[in-house]
Amino acid sequence: MSKRVDVSDLHVYYGDFKAVEDVTMTIAPRSVTAFIGPSGCGKSTFLRTLNRMHEVTPGGRVEGTVTLDSEDLYAPGVDPVAVRRTIGMVFQRPNPFPTMSIRNNVLAGLRLNGVKEKATLDETMERSLRAANLWEEVKDRLGKPGVSLSGGQQQRLCIARAIAVEPQVLLMDEPCSALDPISTLAIEDLIGRLKADYTVVVVTHNMQQAARVSDSTAFFNLAATGKPGRLVEMNDTATIFSTPSQRVTEDYISGRFG
Amino acid sequence: MSTLLRAAPAPRTTALAPGRSRGRTLRSSAATALIWLAFAIALVPLVWIMWTVLSRGLPSMLHLTWWNKDQSGVGPAGFDHQVRGARHAIVGTLLMAALTSLIAVPIAILTAIYLVEYGRGRIARIVSFMVDILSGVPSIVAALFIYAVWVTTFKLTLVPACASLALVLLMIPVVTRSAEEMLRLVPNELREAAYALGVPKWKTILRVVLPSCMSGIVTGGLLGFARVAGETAPLLLVASYTQFLNQNMFSGSMAALPTLINTNVQFMSSDPISADRVWGAACTLIVLVLAINLAGRLLGHLTRVKS
Repeated sequence: MSKRVDVSDLHVYYGDFKAVEDVTMTIAPRSVTAFIGPSGCGKSTFLRTLNRMHEVTPGGRVEGTVTLDSEDLYAPGVDPVAVRRTIGMVFQRPNPFPTMSIRNNVLAGLRLNGVKEKATLDETMERSLRAANLWEEVKDRLGKPGVSLSGGQQQRLCIARAIAVEPQVLLMDEPCSALDPISTLAIEDLIGRLKADYTVVVVTHNMQQAARVSDSTAFFNLAATGKPGRLVEMNDTATIFSTPSQRVTEDYISGRFG
Repeated sequence: MSTLLRAAPAPRTTALAPGRSRGRTLRSSAATALIWLAFAIALVPLVWIMWTVLSRGLPSMLHLTWWNKDQSGVGPAGFDHQVRGARHAIVGTLLMAALTSLIAVPIAILTAIYLVEYGRGRIARIVSFMVDILSGVPSIVAALFIYAVWVTTFKLTLVPACASLALVLLMIPVVTRSAEEMLRLVPNELREAAYALGVPKWKTILRVVLPSCMSGIVTGGLLGFARVAGETAPLLLVASYTQFLNQNMFSGSMAALPTLINTNVQFMSSDPISADRVWGAACTLIVLVLAINLAGRLLGHLTRVKS
């Protein structure tokens, strides 16, 4: 249930503006990969190209290749909707569907894609909520609106919703930046458990978080203001945080800029 | 450090503080009084109209004949309660406004969805501009357009449904604009959440975006309904007036409350019965629109997203 992502020579554009330049990396299955870097360096933009979410923004396009276990995501004829079913995403701010109950939020991906068998739905709901570490807290109020939960619970609900469609890869775009420290800890624990089954990619502003949760870390930076973002280096998290090969990485993780 | 300590109490000198605060209090009271006065002045015509219409119109409305009889048998003199009915006009107004909504609301909502969810570039700008133009079209011009197409171009006989067609032109921009506002209020994050689950765009709109703003769209539709229910010019020109009940949208003439008022208003000063009809019809129109609005708000409240 977990696949490898290979990116080679990827350039990301919005219209004529080049947002990210020349990224080549491998994201290992059943591991957590963290993207760090200063604001506006393109790490979120790059993350969104991994499941073609950047195409939602008008003018968003890429050059280069992204493959999922050697299957090209940008090959002609590949449906972006199908790509997103395989590579799920969790966003910065918890965004449960306001019109749906907790149960229907978790099952939104299945129900909106036409799954109707009650047994399958019930089974998936419980499994996803358990996997998102939320089952015990909500099992008695599954019919309540999803937005009635606290922020941290909503974010775990969104994670449950994302894994209910059984993706191969789970992308998380600063999943804790809108949460308090306790909820953040709960999500970090969850990320640690999710890597047993999924390939997880986390964008974070918080370097301690990257150091705590990830196996490998990629550092992004802008060459200069107005220039596209680029991948500076990527390595084991331990190596990046102890002996980075680039001076600029060391400056960033030791808090000298950004 | 010592200079800072000595300087600190200076702004709180007792000589300055009371004078300044009295001036400010005075200005604040003056502004408050002005705002209340403006509010009261704005309220005057509203209360006046409501009082006049309700006090003169309610007595006619309270007769059962008002609701269940038309005006067949009305002669120049010798009126009684049996021939004061407005059923023909009430039914006509409701029928024509309902047919109008049936045609206009789907077109308007689809246009709003196009403008918010799909429209990019030139075509969207043109459509948006056309909606603006349409909302500025005087109702008599909309009626003339339908008349010209129906009678002059296609050589057909006018039927009550033609009035609905003219009203459609007036209702579309109202409902489109309000639905557009509501759709734009739905946060993009919800759309992205659905896309990220591998839900196609059309299904996202149908199952996530529209339910999130349904109550607002319903309210907009009812505002449009209220607008066309009180519209007069197209009815005068296209539906004409009859004192008989007509429930067929596709033949004959059809009465409506505004045209009932228009027909009777010229006899108001000489004939107290006509005056009763005018006030009664005005009152009924207000009550109908109010009732529909309240029903809509209730519906909106029940379908509203609870948080």
